[in-house]
Amino acid sequence: MSALVVARDLARTYQVTRGFWSAPRQLRAVGGVSFEIAAGRTLAVVGETGCGKSTLARMVTLIERPSAGTLVLDGIDAVDPPPAQAKRLRRSVQLVFQNPAGSLNPRRKVGVILEEPLAINTQLPRERRRRQVLAMMAKVGLGAEHQGRYPHMFSGGQRQRIAIARALMLHPKLVVADEPVSALDVSVQAQVLNLFKDLQEEMGLAYLFISHDLAVVRHVAHDVLVMYLGLAMEQGPKERIFARPLHPYTQALLAATPGLATRPAAMRLRTGDLPSPLDPPHGCVFSTRCPHVVERCRIERPRTRPIDGRQVACHLAERFVG
Amino acid sequence: MALLEVENLSVELPTAAGMVRAVDRVGFSLSAGELLGVVGESGSGKTLTMLAIMGLLPHPARVVADRLTFKDRDLLPLSARARRALAGRSIAMIFQEPTASLNPCFTIGFQLVEGLRVHQRLGRKAAWKRAVGLLEQVGIPSPEDRMRAYPHQLSGGMNQRVMIAMAIACDPEILIADEPTTALDVTVQAQILELLLGLQRQRGMGLILVTHNMDVVAQTAQRVLVMYGGQIVEERGAAALFQAPQHPYAAALLAARPTAERDARLLTIPGTPPGLHDRPPGCLFAPRCADATQRARAVRPELRDFMGGRVRCHYPLGDGNREARIAADGRVAIDADIVARGEP
Repeated sequence: MSALVVARDLARTYQVTRGFWSAPRQLRAVGGVSFEIAAGRTLAVVGETGCGKSTLARMVTLIERPSAGTLVLDGIDAVDPPPAQAKRLRRSVQLVFQNPAGSLNPRRKVGVILEEPLAINTQLPRERRRRQVLAMMAKVGLGAEHQGRYPHMFSGGQRQRIAIARALMLHPKLVVADEPVSALDVSVQAQVLNLFKDLQEEMGLAYLFISHDLAVVRHVAHDVLVMYLGLAMEQGPKERIFARPLHPYTQALLAATPGLATRPAAMRLRTGDLPSPLDPPHGCVFSTRCPHVVERCRIERPRTRPIDGRQVACHLAERFVG
Repeated sequence: MALLEVENLSVELPTAAGMVRAVDRVGFSLSAGELLGVVGESGSGKTLTMLAIMGLLPHPARVVADRLTFKDRDLLPLSARARRALAGRSIAMIFQEPTASLNPCFTIGFQLVEGLRVHQRLGRKAAWKRAVGLLEQVGIPSPEDRMRAYPHQLSGGMNQRVMIAMAIACDPEILIADEPTTALDVTVQAQILELLLGLQRQRGMGLILVTHNMDVVAQTAQRVLVMYGGQIVEERGAAALFQAPQHPYAAALLAARPTAERDARLLTIPGTPPGLHDRPPGCLFAPRCADATQRARAVRPELRDFMGGRVRCHYPLGDGNREARIAADGRVAIDADIVARGEP
């Protein structure tokens, strides 16, 4: 059986104009990323600000059209979907955002918010829509009495439950979650992470889980994709990557995460700041910050290659295997 | 001698429903060269406590305390002007969102020089030179050029370095860092923490690190205050706290952190922290606590000395007769309502 999501060399560039006289420049937000997600599995995308993880999410949720590459969702070409199947395609992917307060309409009652996807996409009579709303609310841990309340009457964790319920109303196959627990406190975060896992088991959902928090990723993911400046640095099964990261960027991320660092001394990056995505370094994009950089890194961009059960884009990866 | 001593500090806010106590009788002390971690979830009163110490709470908020002294000097009766002379010079503070703490209309240099001229009465040129030196100290490359940059031209990490430079400009004896790395990427967070710790060691400052991230505290602090609902629920040396927390809330917070195992369910704390208006009569944590009793629901525990630290619980976890005492007082199950919903 083929995977639910198959992305090949997915890329997105934006035109950036800088004043009237200069020619527009290309900003490569995502520069050719490939991955697969099977039903019931979680792919976690990690990386820091500006690494292209949100652009990736927008392409997978069909909000943004890829500039290059192919994307197949549930057997349907998602870049140029056949018109007859376009609507079905959209129903099969749903999105959960970071800030639930900002993604729920403050002037609508929760019951109405949850009913809306059904009203738009199905011909179900009102009666049945209502019943489905109540069933979904129970599933995410909300009571029937909550449906008449407005979003501001809930806590942050509860609002995220509402956002998750809304995403699931149309029984999607893939849920893209963009930093879904970053705004939540630890104790509430644990509740929401458990909920994500329960729903996955119950409904066989595939998750594209975007996060900058490696401690969270280590818990939820089956597979991990580490991105930097729009490119995949390392990707593969979670166990392998966390046990022995082979890309220096993955190593740096792990070393910098409090509570995960195996060596307490933080790995020293050569500079703190990300290079401008408008003017990415020649050769390896991580070469300006990499502590292991050699001459070759600055000249030749490393290809992604399979090493030790995962894909790594680093000239020196073999060094870190043994 | 302790640099800072706080005893029974409360912050009261007037609301439509009357005065509410957002911070309830908090007490601690800080010595020179010490790193005190303050942890708690949002709404636990950590930031309000720090703002009260700085004297930065605006008018309707009322700060009362039995004692609030900096080097034996009582801070409470001081006039606003006298307080301002201390804040920024002897006690400095950095905030969570560096880009929001800097004025977007003025250059980095202007803002750095301003503080130096006011507090240290330096001339224009001397202040400028000093500011360049400070930027260099906090690891900003080509500081001369950066002096002329506006905050929006620098990254979040760089802006936080500028804030730190501003905070240490007058050689403060106490530095309060309120979630200094929460808005930053992890690799940048590691660098900023390293910078703060380095400066603290070098200068022998007392540093208060406020954060919601248990792991950050575990990595840095010597002593930790755990806050919940505006109260301190536990105070302990960092190593002891992370090995054997005594308050059920502190233990639950530590246990709720994501584990490596995908299959293991995360331990959660049912419900949410109490709001300002629905504080339970007894122990504030009792409605969410698996070991709550009739007594805990009715009688609010006091913060007391226990096993080399302080804990606010009738039945601290290290108490040998704990189970027997809980049984004797009648264990009360968590409301089915709270458990089923996850939240009240």
